Amino acid sequence: MTVPRWARAVRWYLRELTGEAEYDRYCERHRRRHPHAPVPTRREHEALRTLHRENHPQSRCC
Amino acid sequence: MPISAMPESALPAPDDPPPARPRATPRTILVWTAVALVGAIGWGVLALARGEDISAVWLVVAALGSYAIAYRFYSRFIARRVLKPDDRRATPAERLEDGVDFQPTDRRVLLGHHFAAIAGAGPLVGPVLAAQMGYLPGTLWIVAGVIFAGAVQDMVVLFLSMRRDGKSLGQMAREEIGRAGGAAALIAVFAIMIILLGVLALVVVNALAHSPWGTFSVAMTVPIALFMGFWLHRIRPGRVVETSLIGVVLLLLAIVGGSWIQESSLADTFTLSPTTLVFCLIGYGFVASVLPVWMLLAPRDYLSTFMKIGTIALLAVGVVVAAPVLRADAVSDFASSGAGPVFAGALFPFLFITIACGALSGFHALVASGTTPKLIQKESQVRMIGYGAMLMESFVAIMALIAAATLEPGLYYAMNAPAGLLGTTAESASHAVAGLGFTITPDQLTQAAKAVEEQTLIARSGGAPTLAVGMSEIFSGVFGGTAMKAFWYHFAIMFEALFILTTVDAGTRVGRFMLQDMLGNVWKPMGRVNWKPGIWLCSGLVVAAWGYFLYTGATDPLGGINQLFPLFGIANQLLAAIALTVCTTVLVKSGRRRWAWVTGVPLAWVVAITFTAGWQKIFSDDPRVGFFAQRTRYADAIDAGQVLPPAKTLDDMHTVVTNSTVDGVLIALFLLLVTVVMVNAAVVCVRAVRSPVPLPTTEAPYVESRIELPEQAAQPLAGARS
Repeated sequence: MTVPRWARAVRWYLRELTGEAEYDRYCERHRRRHPHAPVPTRREHEALRTLHRENHPQSRCC
Repeated sequence: MPISAMPESALPAPDDPPPARPRATPRTILVWTAVALVGAIGWGVLALARGEDISAVWLVVAALGSYAIAYRFYSRFIARRVLKPDDRRATPAERLEDGVDFQPTDRRVLLGHHFAAIAGAGPLVGPVLAAQMGYLPGTLWIVAGVIFAGAVQDMVVLFLSMRRDGKSLGQMAREEIGRAGGAAALIAVFAIMIILLGVLALVVVNALAHSPWGTFSVAMTVPIALFMGFWLHRIRPGRVVETSLIGVVLLLLAIVGGSWIQESSLADTFTLSPTTLVFCLIGYGFVASVLPVWMLLAPRDYLSTFMKIGTIALLAVGVVVAAPVLRADAVSDFASSGAGPVFAGALFPFLFITIACGALSGFHALVASGTTPKLIQKESQVRMIGYGAMLMESFVAIMALIAAATLEPGLYYAMNAPAGLLGTTAESASHAVAGLGFTITPDQLTQAAKAVEEQTLIARSGGAPTLAVGMSEIFSGVFGGTAMKAFWYHFAIMFEALFILTTVDAGTRVGRFMLQDMLGNVWKPMGRVNWKPGIWLCSGLVVAAWGYFLYTGATDPLGGINQLFPLFGIANQLLAAIALTVCTTVLVKSGRRRWAWVTGVPLAWVVAITFTAGWQKIFSDDPRVGFFAQRTRYADAIDAGQVLPPAKTLDDMHTVVTNSTVDGVLIALFLLLVTVVMVNAAVVCVRAVRSPVPLPTTEAPYVESRIELPEQAAQPLAGARS
């Protein structure tokens, strides 16, 4: 594998792991389900995500 | 039933499936034979080398070889014969896909998520303490324990929860076992979490006490996390990767800055006593659990994940490149005598209690029945995610054991024996270590502290400082030489503290929700998750509960880690007993009695170790082991007006009496709760065996999957529908 491909793979993995890529998937899903409604902005999406996280705490183990 | 009424996958139908790939070849057989041989050679060297220096690389080779064989053969056996995952069945992530809770996730990404959620400070602390019995017993338990118990538990719980739409362990206990078992499991989970948080916070206190460098750099993680939170929330919403990278750079600067603070006039401000640190942590824990998550918890979690993966990779490289020599005995005298200074009690059962995370950890069952099962794309992936992630955690534990075993034993005991035994000067510590049968001169002890720029290394128990010294030895051998030793020491302290504080934040919040849920049954408004007084009260109660254990641990004259770590280990392993009980019950109920030994044997083992350990902690006549014997000894001395060392005053004596009573009663309570769960489960199993028809299942119904994956098409799994 070449260096640029490695770099792309690492970037993909980090974006997926941290949930940064979630917005892209969210937009795709939103367009599929509600083709005529405007897609929420990244800021709005993050607000929803934060709210969700607020009410669904996850345990971290030892 | 008309077709349109059938439950359907939430995803659109796939394109044509890709062609299948060929199966195993003679070459793969050759490769696996080679892997088995390499692992066997590793174990052979460890078993046969006596009285000579052996390289830590052999430990790594033996562990990795065993993991590879176990993953390839045992986990596949469990998948094919016992669980029978079916990749044509839609997972909850697909069926209930909502883009939030349920979301089919790439298995490599999910492996990362799951690993970050299960691995923390636990596998780093336990093995370090267990090194007092030598490196060999710990290694054997970590490797065998993970293969036959820990990874099996994680994988089976993950599978069962996935088949039940991601139900929690407590819900599964209630539905599969019964109301009494379910209620007991719920209380046990809550109580165990409190102990866990208290003990982990104690590790941080012991690592930071009287260390301005460490205290400054760990304190700086709070403003760094706040900055990251603000950046992510206001300026660059959702740009987590860049924000985390900025955070990591700031974190490294904070470590460098700590060295400067230590030399400056601010040093005194950051030199805190254990008691002050306890109150700082309690205050922090409360604030962190009531602040909005975006401010502190979420950014800290990102930072912790990045540091976790980076440092563990660095440690693996360090161990292999530096190839340090193991200086500890393979099996020490304390293994049989049970008179070790770090924790009391003989190898069986206390080694298996001390090393929980890394071999078998009940807490994982909470993670494996929480978020992860809702994100799995294909059923067969439980093998890689459940079994695989636990093998990775086990490897972290092996590296922690290596870091401790490469230290000079004299230094190890000077750092880990209780303060009451060692005294406060280099001379008294050197003398006390000689009394244990090891040597370290006062000068060597002072030099060791100086090399990592700490005021003292005497009685820095809790595992974190020992691991940090070991890691600084290994890292400085590879990157930067002796000049970097102090940096690497504080780097290790910082990353452990970071994990633990993340666990404390998240755990306090989870505990608050559990408490609100429980109290909500009694008084409705308490259950409302957005009613501020309820939030504050429940957060306060949770923080006060773990804060109590933290305070008693930090002020215990007998050494908090010495007293509380067995309690933590027993609690964690009892949770594993509950999880394995649920697994075994489901296997029996679902007509897989023939394979019930897969979880039944680890269950029998964990019951044997926890109940033996619990029994000894309650009934042993030896005051070093038995809590009530200890209580009687100190209470009698108080009546006679004596002060027994290491206590210095009558107040200390009363503290010992109170603490040993609380600890003893708690262990009795835990054992009782787990007994209730197991008796209830046994009744259900007998009913299932006697019943002419299978008992009703709580599995979600079958829905055909619409996701096709190339790698799954290659190997049709046993039990797959055709």
